[in-house]
Amino acid sequence: MKKWLILSLTLMLALTLAACGNNNNNTAGNASNGGASGSPSESPSESASELSGSILATGSTAIQKLVEQAAQKFMDKHSGVSIQVQGGGSGTGLTQVSEGQADIGNSDPFAEEKLDAAKAAELVDHQVAVVAMAAVVNPDVTVDNLTKQQLIDIFTGKVTNWKDVGGADARIQIINRPASSGTRATFEKFALGQKTEDLQGSIQEDSSGTVKKLVSETPGAIGYLALSYLDDKVKPVKYEGVEATEDNVATGAYPIWAYEHMYTKGEPTGAVKAFLDYMLSDEVQHADVVELGYIPTGKMQVKRDAQGNLTK
Amino acid sequence: MAKSYDRLEGKPHLTEEWVGKAYTFVCIMFLVITISSMVYFVASKGLSTFLVNGVNVGDLLTGLKWNPEADIPLFGALPFIFGSFSTSILAAIIAAPLGFCAAVFMVEIAPKFGRKYMQPVIELLAGIPSVVYGFVGLSVIVPFFRDTFPGQGIGIAAGAVVLAVMILPTITTIATDALAALPAGLKEGSYALGSTRYQTISRIVLPTTLPAQMTGIVLGIARAFGEALAVQMVIGNAPHIPHSLFESTSTLTSAITLSMGNTSMGSVHNNALWSLALILMLMTFVFVFIIRMLERRSKL
Repeated sequence: MKKWLILSLTLMLALTLAACGNNNNNTAGNASNGGASGSPSESPSESASELSGSILATGSTAIQKLVEQAAQKFMDKHSGVSIQVQGGGSGTGLTQVSEGQADIGNSDPFAEEKLDAAKAAELVDHQVAVVAMAAVVNPDVTVDNLTKQQLIDIFTGKVTNWKDVGGADARIQIINRPASSGTRATFEKFALGQKTEDLQGSIQEDSSGTVKKLVSETPGAIGYLALSYLDDKVKPVKYEGVEATEDNVATGAYPIWAYEHMYTKGEPTGAVKAFLDYMLSDEVQHADVVELGYIPTGKMQVKRDAQGNLTK
Repeated sequence: MAKSYDRLEGKPHLTEEWVGKAYTFVCIMFLVITISSMVYFVASKGLSTFLVNGVNVGDLLTGLKWNPEADIPLFGALPFIFGSFSTSILAAIIAAPLGFCAAVFMVEIAPKFGRKYMQPVIELLAGIPSVVYGFVGLSVIVPFFRDTFPGQGIGIAAGAVVLAVMILPTITTIATDALAALPAGLKEGSYALGSTRYQTISRIVLPTTLPAQMTGIVLGIARAFGEALAVQMVIGNAPHIPHSLFESTSTLTSAITLSMGNTSMGSVHNNALWSLALILMLMTFVFVFIIRMLERRSKL
């Protein structure tokens, strides 16, 4: 009995190891195939006529919840499809979709900003939602409008006291996102128009939840949050006199916003295409997207390309 | 031939032995392959910052400016190295006396109550997930420091307090084991010479168990050095050497976890983060080496 136990354990281990090896080969094969032909890496069993197969969507944590919700609804309708949604950050999502490890790469920035031009050109962009951000301050701060120049002065450390921008005499505490964050990239690009350094004494936090908590607690704090995070614990400030509302974003009057992207390698087919179509359908755009605090892409009266140029 | 066949047939435990040997060998090989491939992976990624991207090793180790996303990227990791060492050593300074005294209480002063009730409670601390420590730190310790001391509350002090609680079980458990393993004759001899309990503990117990205590402390520092999540939540993550214990700074681990997911594989920023991981791994090796040396000393 004992002997058989040991033998079977050995066999199991050997099989596991073999499976690991196989997996690696597959991934490598997929990646090289994708690189050569530029075709999307679908599972081979998938056919275009009926919806089945598994989809792996990975990347940005900012839209993870939205994609998860939509995926759940999609799977309820099409039982043959299984969709797995993972976080990991925009960089991870773009890398994995570009290397063929994932079917969909979720990203806050355009792929051109994170990957080199050749790799980014292989990816097809699907803009599923718009996220707008507002500069927020601790509720005790009396300032309620900041110009672009004032924000630049604050985030580059030229101004360190609220009295210099029309507030009370109190130290400014910057609560930032890490330099690699997509939210920070959007804020710097469209609110400040320049990149900033992490200043001595500034706080960098990983998640919007923590930023909100620290802004609401720390005297004299300033940070920035997506509109979906705003409530009465923090105070949003106007940007150049324009309030951060959905309508102002849609008309292009308020500039601090960005697309949420779902990238595929090459044009999507089969279940991936069906899922992305579903993401852009009214059923998701007018329900989940709005519910989670995003703005549907269909509502936007202006468009923006990877270089940041606005068109009506 | 026939004879040897008979012998094999007669002794099935030989095959059993062979299977057992082969199986355990496969297990150890699996471990060795896992460890060496991880070392290789981190090293190859971490070294490519210097070999492929041409960053100077000296600049990385001694530079004060970390700005990897700028037009001219700067990779000065000294603030992270400073942050890692200062938080973990400060944590050990807070936790070591606490751990030793708790161990003395559990072994020498109230052995029954101590070992039966106190030890499980302290060991329970080791099972709490680090995100819970981080959140408690952010919700309790940071506001307390912010209101009590000048500064932001966030910083090395908050990180060290959180880490001290996290490494307390390690230090206490090892100290308790060391005290319990002390030969009874040593203490009895001391009492027989007329020493008080305090004299016995401070002159006999502490010096003789010191190498084992040090092992516990170094293990604690190693754990604190590698802790990422809880520290990241309370330290503020500014890549600068702070002016006070209550100003935002950063550690090696927090710098890695903060940015790793948002950078794409193969970019300079990503490689630089792997270099930080390499430094972290080398430091862990140093800690293991120190622990080995201390263990050898404590056996004498």
